[in-house]
Amino acid sequence: MSEQTLAASATMPPETWRAPTAEVSVVRLVLIGVAVLFIGVFLGFPLLVVFFEAFLNGVAKYFETFADSDTQHAILLTLLVAAIAVPANLIFGVAAAWAIAKYDFRGKALLITLIDLPFSVSPVIAGLIYVIMFGAQGYLGDWLKAHHIQIIFAIPGIVLATIFVTFPFVARELIPLMEEQGTQDEEAAISLGASGWQTFRRVTLPNVKWGLMYGVLLCNARAMGEFGAVAVVSGHIRGLTNTMPLHIEILYNDYQWVAAFAVASLLALLALVTLIVKTLLEWRFSDELANGPR
Amino acid sequence: MTAIAFGTWRKPSVIPGFGLTFGFLMVYLSLIVLIPIALLILRTTQLSWAEYWAIASNGRVVAALRLSFGAALIAAGINTLFGIIVAWVLVRYEFPGRRLVDAIVDLPFALPTAVAGIALTAIFAKNGWVGQYIEPLGIKVAYTSIGVVIALTFIGLPFVVRTLQPVIMEIERETEEAAATLGASRHQAIFRVVLPTLVPALLTGFVLALARGIGEYGSVVFIAGNLPYRTEIAPLLIVIRLTEFDYNGATAIATIMLAISFVMFLAINLIQVWARRRFGYV
Amino acid sequence: MRRLVSGLILSTVLAVSAQAQTALLNVSYDPTRELYKDFNAEFIKHWKEKSGETISIKQSHGGSGGQARSVIDGLDADVVTLALESDIDAIAEKSGKIAKDWRKRLPNNSSPYTSTIVFLVKKGNPKNVKDWDDLVKPGIEVITPNPKTSGGARWNYLSAWAYAEHKFNGDKAKAKEFVGALFRNVPVLDTGARGSTTTFVQRGIGDVLLAWENEAFLALKEFGPEKFEIIVPSIATLAEPPVAVVDQNVDKKGTRKVAEAYLEYLYSPVGQKIAAKNFYRPFKPELADAADVKLLPKVTLVSIDDPIFGGWAKAQPEHFGDGGTFDQIYKK
Repeated sequence: MSEQTLAASATMPPETWRAPTAEVSVVRLVLIGVAVLFIGVFLGFPLLVVFFEAFLNGVAKYFETFADSDTQHAILLTLLVAAIAVPANLIFGVAAAWAIAKYDFRGKALLITLIDLPFSVSPVIAGLIYVIMFGAQGYLGDWLKAHHIQIIFAIPGIVLATIFVTFPFVARELIPLMEEQGTQDEEAAISLGASGWQTFRRVTLPNVKWGLMYGVLLCNARAMGEFGAVAVVSGHIRGLTNTMPLHIEILYNDYQWVAAFAVASLLALLALVTLIVKTLLEWRFSDELANGPR
Repeated sequence: MTAIAFGTWRKPSVIPGFGLTFGFLMVYLSLIVLIPIALLILRTTQLSWAEYWAIASNGRVVAALRLSFGAALIAAGINTLFGIIVAWVLVRYEFPGRRLVDAIVDLPFALPTAVAGIALTAIFAKNGWVGQYIEPLGIKVAYTSIGVVIALTFIGLPFVVRTLQPVIMEIERETEEAAATLGASRHQAIFRVVLPTLVPALLTGFVLALARGIGEYGSVVFIAGNLPYRTEIAPLLIVIRLTEFDYNGATAIATIMLAISFVMFLAINLIQVWARRRFGYV
Repeated sequence: MRRLVSGLILSTVLAVSAQAQTALLNVSYDPTRELYKDFNAEFIKHWKEKSGETISIKQSHGGSGGQARSVIDGLDADVVTLALESDIDAIAEKSGKIAKDWRKRLPNNSSPYTSTIVFLVKKGNPKNVKDWDDLVKPGIEVITPNPKTSGGARWNYLSAWAYAEHKFNGDKAKAKEFVGALFRNVPVLDTGARGSTTTFVQRGIGDVLLAWENEAFLALKEFGPEKFEIIVPSIATLAEPPVAVVDQNVDKKGTRKVAEAYLEYLYSPVGQKIAAKNFYRPFKPELADAADVKLLPKVTLVSIDDPIFGGWAKAQPEHFGDGGTFDQIYKK
């Protein structure tokens, strides 16, 4: 040991020294323990249960679930609904973020609040509003009937309800990110003669693409998993208007316990993949992602 | 051009596309959100005030709203308490599995609520994983209001953590160092310097979790007993009113809940305005 | 990537719209899932032989009241097979989609099968439950769905009521008190009959399940007679689940002929056999297998048209309407 370290340890004995901005290691361990335990009990445990129950009767039984035509249809329908709802909200989110982040106008805060509104509206209400609007007894009921258009209890109603509940996801991710990046880049591009579309594609989009993807991922997960809103407008027709979450409930009530959890595990797997991709994105592109509240 | 046509409410800008994107934003927002909600509210105007009040003050409705609100309040409280610890640990400490914990925090965003509901029921029912051990001790979770609180805690968990994380990241170590240099103990530095700056973010996260909890349906219906006056949540009561052909009842309860969510978001906005003034961040 | 996505969407659209053939939609209540699964398969065969046409039949199940609400709101049902007359009446009244005289169009008030209410208890009957009296004892947990949303639950409720009126010689105040005491023993109130069965059978909540007879027998079949047993109370209501063609919908879709044939087929020997196999009481027991019919116990059955109730038109608002006896017993 050199004299220097000896001197240092004389004034600051290593076993008691710690940075003034850190906690004693006992506190630190306790805090980590509490955090891990809390997350483990509340989040990890339910996730484990889903997979455990799904494979309760073995792998063969697990895959048998997916041979059923109603189950396959529910999966296809869920994919279809997400394939419509997510791009719709993606386009909306980009347009909304552009209008809100790149310009200054009065009433912006109110507009953002309105965009956020579906987030705090109960999913049941999201279903209810479309029943009131498009149901046979609703405002447009007679007109729709006269024109033989079916919205509620058919795919359009399910899509609408899904769009409503996933409405803010992309916009919420993009707005703070695009606001933070300011407008100088775009202004420069415009002054160099780029068109608006070119500016968006070549300048703005590359700056926000990871944030965009992040919003789309969450939007997609929620779109595939929505239960309450879709339950109100679906009509629960097997093999026709049952999405995966509704099908889980049906299987659960058909005494097909394992099958219910098998379909649930598929959605849980989707959630996990979403989280993994999201973490990878964050890890690689952490500076380009908005850290705003979601 | 457009800028002139729009008058003074918007600052002019050289970036094109405002008319297009703003127009699209307003049309889409109106079609999907504003008009349907406005029609819902319009529908309740078919009721007289006396009728509306009779529905709103009905004992069962009040009990359901109280449960939804109360359970969401407790769940948001639990999430705030543990949310601080989780966020702090995730930002400040390095430990094995940190990234895993960080990733899994978002699970309730991504996991369908119905799946969460049946998983939690499988855990806490009398013959469930945990239920079989705690029910003999007299602790009933599934089919009681405790079950509602647990489901809402699950649902609201990410909000506080995710709102706090960036704020904790931004707290400059220098502030804490300064506190330490000036002779503050670590305890004092935490409670006098760090926590106060976290208050606005905490409040925002709390209100977000609360708002989500009040409206939650999918996960709760599986684990709550759905008993009128006792374990029946407000969104379920809307569904029940609907199945009874009682549209007035359903829309009246829905408008009360809408009013609550709007007030919540107004509160968040006010908190953020206040935070910007007081601490200079959102 | 883009091609993959569009291919996916296309194939999904194709799969979803592949039902170009005639498709009947039967909107039914909760416990008929197994019954119609069997019956639909038979009818598709029968119709193919009779008319050469291949059809598909879609099912929707849920609490009877909720299903009726969906049809009123525009669910495109060709036939409704619900738990209660009053639910089909509601569709006829509120939407006009079913002619008001629907009850007269098919035999037995349009009920091809009937059922009743029994108790399901754990094997060995540990709480020694014998009759309705035992359900109001303190400490007994009774599972039933919500009478506001479930048809079966209304039969449960009315069965208890019928017993109490007999017991107290028609004293309605005492009957209400009795039913109130019973419902105070209910820890979970699901919205549909199947939800209640799941709660009792799979979640292990409660001592007694008030269930449709067919639902109770099905639970025995699914989970084994070594786990549960059926207790037959001294009195129960004669439940008559009715069926009807939804006139406006079938005329719009051009499916009236097949829809009517579908319901009539329920009364045929094949239909009656399937009903009995699924533990319903066939309208014409002589057409069903004797072994299936013998399984169903003898109970004193009280019809809804008994003076105690005075028919659905009177019983529905009196007990389950806003402020009816059910609301009263839940108000503290």
